[in-house]
Amino acid sequence: MTLNGWLQILLFCALTLALVKPLGGYMVRVFQGERTLLSPVLQPIERLLYRAAGPGARDEQHWLAYALAMLAFNLAGFLVLYLLQRLQGSLPLNPAGMAAVAPDLAFNTAASFMTNTNWQNYGGETTLSHLVQMAGLTVQNFVSAATGIAVALALIRGFARASARTVGNFWVDMTRTVLYLLLPISVVLTLVFVWQGVPQTLSGSIDATTLEGAKQTIALGPVASQEAIKMLGTNGGGFFNVNSAHPFENPTAFTNLLQMLAIFAIGAALTNVFGRMAGDPRQGWAILAAMGVLFLAGVAVAYWAEAAGNPLLHQAGVAGPNMEGKEVRFGPALSALFAVITTAASCGAVNAMHDSFLPLGGMIPLINMQLGEIIVGGVGAGLYGMLVFVVITVFVAGLMVGRTPEYLGKKIEAKEMKLAMLAILCLPFAMLVPTAVSVVLPQAVASIANPGPHGFSEVLYAYTSAAANNGSAFAGLSGNTPWYNVTLALAMLAGRFLVIIPALAIAGALAAKKTVPASAGTFPTHGGLFVGLLVGVILIVGGLTFFPALALGPVVEHLAMMAGQTFAAGN
Amino acid sequence: MLKHLRPALVLIVAMTVLTGLAYPLAMTGIARAVFPDQSSGSLLVRDGQVVGSALIGQEFKADRYFQGRPSATTAADPADPAKSVAAPYNAAASGGSNLGPTSAALVERVTADAARLRAENPAAPVPVDLVTTTASGLDPHISPDAAYFQVPRVALARALPAEAVRALVERHVEGRLFGIIGEPRVNVLALNLALDREAAR
Repeated sequence: MTLNGWLQILLFCALTLALVKPLGGYMVRVFQGERTLLSPVLQPIERLLYRAAGPGARDEQHWLAYALAMLAFNLAGFLVLYLLQRLQGSLPLNPAGMAAVAPDLAFNTAASFMTNTNWQNYGGETTLSHLVQMAGLTVQNFVSAATGIAVALALIRGFARASARTVGNFWVDMTRTVLYLLLPISVVLTLVFVWQGVPQTLSGSIDATTLEGAKQTIALGPVASQEAIKMLGTNGGGFFNVNSAHPFENPTAFTNLLQMLAIFAIGAALTNVFGRMAGDPRQGWAILAAMGVLFLAGVAVAYWAEAAGNPLLHQAGVAGPNMEGKEVRFGPALSALFAVITTAASCGAVNAMHDSFLPLGGMIPLINMQLGEIIVGGVGAGLYGMLVFVVITVFVAGLMVGRTPEYLGKKIEAKEMKLAMLAILCLPFAMLVPTAVSVVLPQAVASIANPGPHGFSEVLYAYTSAAANNGSAFAGLSGNTPWYNVTLALAMLAGRFLVIIPALAIAGALAAKKTVPASAGTFPTHGGLFVGLLVGVILIVGGLTFFPALALGPVVEHLAMMAGQTFAAGN
Repeated sequence: MLKHLRPALVLIVAMTVLTGLAYPLAMTGIARAVFPDQSSGSLLVRDGQVVGSALIGQEFKADRYFQGRPSATTAADPADPAKSVAAPYNAAASGGSNLGPTSAALVERVTADAARLRAENPAAPVPVDLVTTTASGLDPHISPDAAYFQVPRVALARALPAEAVRALVERHVEGRLFGIIGEPRVNVLALNLALDREAAR
């Protein structure tokens, strides 16, 4: 580790923190329908959309109606994306002449982008037309992010409202998020990215003659516009196969910094939105503090592992950090930092190949996702995931002192606890069960690239990433087979909607409750004690659930590596 | 559910038009007008011919050029399209090696490459980035150490004084942004273009 590496990490943290309040304040104004700087331009568009959506499209919704609207919208988006892929061969904007995407791959990709996962079983530049990348993927990048934020808003209203039947309106929340938040920031980011060298063109590729006289075909496309929302919406689906490691997606250290900030900005600011709308900004800061503790711990381990380097290569006489699968312009510090950020949030963009990380360096991304991506997390998804953990934490605290647990004046009772447990339990189920099946099923084992315990890690990483809606990969695994296409898609759907629906049900249940005034016996949830308890509950729940699986993969591999053991194919 | 059908359909169509067509197409138009060079791939032209992109690495095998990092990109086998063959710096299909840290294939490859480099320049330690594959397979950069490491070979192949080549490398070292962000690096294609210009003088 170097001083400069830590300086870069701390600079990132400082910039993220600096964005929390201004962005949070702006978002509160947007979500409450107040006037903003952009209202003169956007309000007419917004009104037009509601009018076209039909009468009553803006009415307040019960949580169940909110959930149904969300599901209907996602289903429509899924069908559009699936059909675009199946028909791309006969649609315009296809300069490279890509053929129709196979049904299982199209199903996987549609599920992947609708659920904000952006797991990619295809190589972008070799599979998809520009039309699919723009009108299919980019659209889902916007609306899946807006869906996550909308759900978080509904849950926030559940805490903020008292004796209320409704939790907001999905159409309004989604539309405002896209128009006032995601689109304007994306426009600015796109232009900065292009300035830095990210292409934005409709031509397919260009042939160059290298200095040594060989032909090099360079794939191009409308990259920058997708890149901006890919980060901002914590989607993570790259234009190119290697994502943000590609020099066209992420050409400079400056674009890298912006991309990292874009991943965390909205998720971190949502804690502030939560605090403000719940009437006590300190509650938001407490949640962000718990996220920060877990984040820095992860960064420290991953950076330490990658900077220390691979002892097996040191024995071969090559000193230095682990540079296999990394880019020189990022080096070990920014590669490790990016990996922790992208898995703490549900982004899944990568600027280095996680498959080639050292065992402990690659374990941190795994743990981040297994904890449910509640460290800042996906836009919206991180906050509602974290609030589910908060519910469990106040329940545990209540048990310790024998009082009915409360949070923000709301009594947490059996119904909320059952829903919270449902949301927490579906993730390990969707991660671990298919992993266990895949490591014994011959056609699934055939997809594993690396021998030994690392091969197990590849499969575990795949289902973990899918169920957590992350989308990053130990990319050696050949995921484009019918088995993985279908099972990974199911894991993504389970990991998304089996958390969202309980979260909305909790929102509805909480909104209906009366607010009890705080008394001397109320456990304060804005102080260090609560933050520590929350971090403890997260680690205990995650640790108990996933330690056995981690022991079989990264832990065993680390021990083998320290003992000087390598694994050859066929072992 | 039926009540939600109309808003779902209307809004998905509207969002597709707005974020899937209007947004990327408007951005394409503005980008082309404001940043014509970057938006079309930062292409480098020499003698009227596109020789590559300033941002994309390319393969150098000759001793007279500085060489980039190992690249694990592949291309379809011309003999059997179902199979793939090694095709370093294939900018139409980016990819990394994805070899895990305990992979015997990784250790064997690095050992062999390190031995070859050690024979080429026994005076300096082998730079780690010259024996490890890039994440994208298209890394345009090498570390300054990796560039200095190759100076004796390039100087010999071009019959240039080593100091002149070393000075050229020094001029091509790009530092960190504001002294903090990123890593020091050398763009291999830019360096080799300068080298060719130097030789032509």
